[in-house]
Amino acid sequence: MIELINIRKSFGEKVILQDVSAKMEAGKTNLIIGASGSGKTVLMKCMVGLIKPDSGQILYNGKDFTAMDDMEKKPIRQEIGMLFQGSALFDSMTVEENVMFPLDMFARGNYKEKRKRMQECLDRVNLKDANKKYPAEISGGMKKRVGIARAIVLNPKYLFVDEPNSGLDPQTSLVIDKLIKDLTAEYNITTVVNTHDMNTVMESGDHIMYMHQGLKQWEGSNKDIIFAKDKKLNDFIFASEFFQDIKEMRQSEYFQDNKWRGGKQEGGNKTNS
Amino acid sequence: MEFKFFYHFGRFILMIKGMFSRPENMRMYWKEFMHQCTDIGVGSLGIVFIISLFLGAVTTVQTAYQLVAGFIPKSTIAQIVRDTLILELAPTMVCIVLGGVVGSKIASELGNMRISEQIDAQEIMGINTKAYLIGPKILAALITIPCLVVIAAFLGIWGGLQAGMLSGIISSEEYMKGLRAAFDGYNVFVMLSKAFTYSFIISSIPAYYGYNVTGGALEIGRASTKAVVVSCILILFTDYLLAAMLL
Repeated sequence: MIELINIRKSFGEKVILQDVSAKMEAGKTNLIIGASGSGKTVLMKCMVGLIKPDSGQILYNGKDFTAMDDMEKKPIRQEIGMLFQGSALFDSMTVEENVMFPLDMFARGNYKEKRKRMQECLDRVNLKDANKKYPAEISGGMKKRVGIARAIVLNPKYLFVDEPNSGLDPQTSLVIDKLIKDLTAEYNITTVVNTHDMNTVMESGDHIMYMHQGLKQWEGSNKDIIFAKDKKLNDFIFASEFFQDIKEMRQSEYFQDNKWRGGKQEGGNKTNS
Repeated sequence: MEFKFFYHFGRFILMIKGMFSRPENMRMYWKEFMHQCTDIGVGSLGIVFIISLFLGAVTTVQTAYQLVAGFIPKSTIAQIVRDTLILELAPTMVCIVLGGVVGSKIASELGNMRISEQIDAQEIMGINTKAYLIGPKILAALITIPCLVVIAAFLGIWGGLQAGMLSGIISSEEYMKGLRAAFDGYNVFVMLSKAFTYSFIISSIPAYYGYNVTGGALEIGRASTKAVVVSCILILFTDYLLAAMLL
């Protein structure tokens, strides 16, 4: 589990994160959603240690990551896998060399065992006949798959995914979302996904945190989000005309009175923290 | 334009300091080092061959043109060519050119890795990217560039001989006689001192600019240009310092 306690970050005068606290649970797909510039990428970079927060704590299974020096962070970092927005594949290496890289650097075992593991991961992400290709020779969706294969090759405990659907068509996006969700459950990984794609939110949002101007505005699950009453969240979700039908439906008396869920209160919490 | 000398100097020192840590996997570092030796050393052989050959040839022709007094033996031309090449042209000229070739390559490679988040990806894996990406480049430059400078000195002297013979300025016997006359081994020490110093400049300055690129593709180009300009200025500055101190 990853726990964030009062994370603050500013760049000069500009405050990016304001006392953000949250819990990212193991075996679940934890989504951080929000408009561009809401601070979700900075928050993720703080979590993986690429940016040092001004104050607050990030706990990995109770261990304070922010208080560690680079040497102390190394064991935790080796338990982290990350898929970047642009995949961040090493462009001087082939697909299989990219996936082999973490194994060569950190794993024990002989060459044959490492190759076997590399092939397992490429098969798991359904990537066929691309082993010898360079990143420049494969499509965006394939790059994401290679990125995922590289991220899971060392059996990480934590998986961070930044904008998994950027630049992908809707169909490929769904495949990538499903892959991330399945891998999370399969390996019991604590997965954190940064996204503003509503398909991802509805498909895989076990736990969702909505960020607005550096604040945690709302949190809940994909079952709660459609019926959440937070105005800023609703403006974000229903920005597209395609969702107008849902917006109207949820405004109907049936949903307003929570009859659909047997009179229970609205799910999710408006937090503003 | 604001010139933040101490800011950049401080960050540069921190970058160099950050390079010294225990390698995560010695075999991978060795592989990267050998890759850089091939890239920097073998990859620059062609340009070094062409420059040094012509430097030697031009030095021979121009020295002969300036030696108008009849009582000066022609073998003096070879002495001048030899010492000029060893003391100045082979280390300084070759390294200025390598500053452009190798420097821009290092800056753009690291800059591209920074912009496309490849460096971040390695950091998250737990790799000390300063040690893994910059260390082998500097080490490879420190080993291969002095070798290139020695090769350049030999090729330049040979180029001078060929130019002298082809244009009828000097015979090969006279040239050889001149090469052997009043040879001072200390000059070779000066040449190697310059070569090692320039190698460090050529590799570390572009690495600093490339590693710290922020922004987009345009900034990679800017960093690359800045790295080459700063490297060349530093080479000329240290050239004077070393000449004043060592000679």
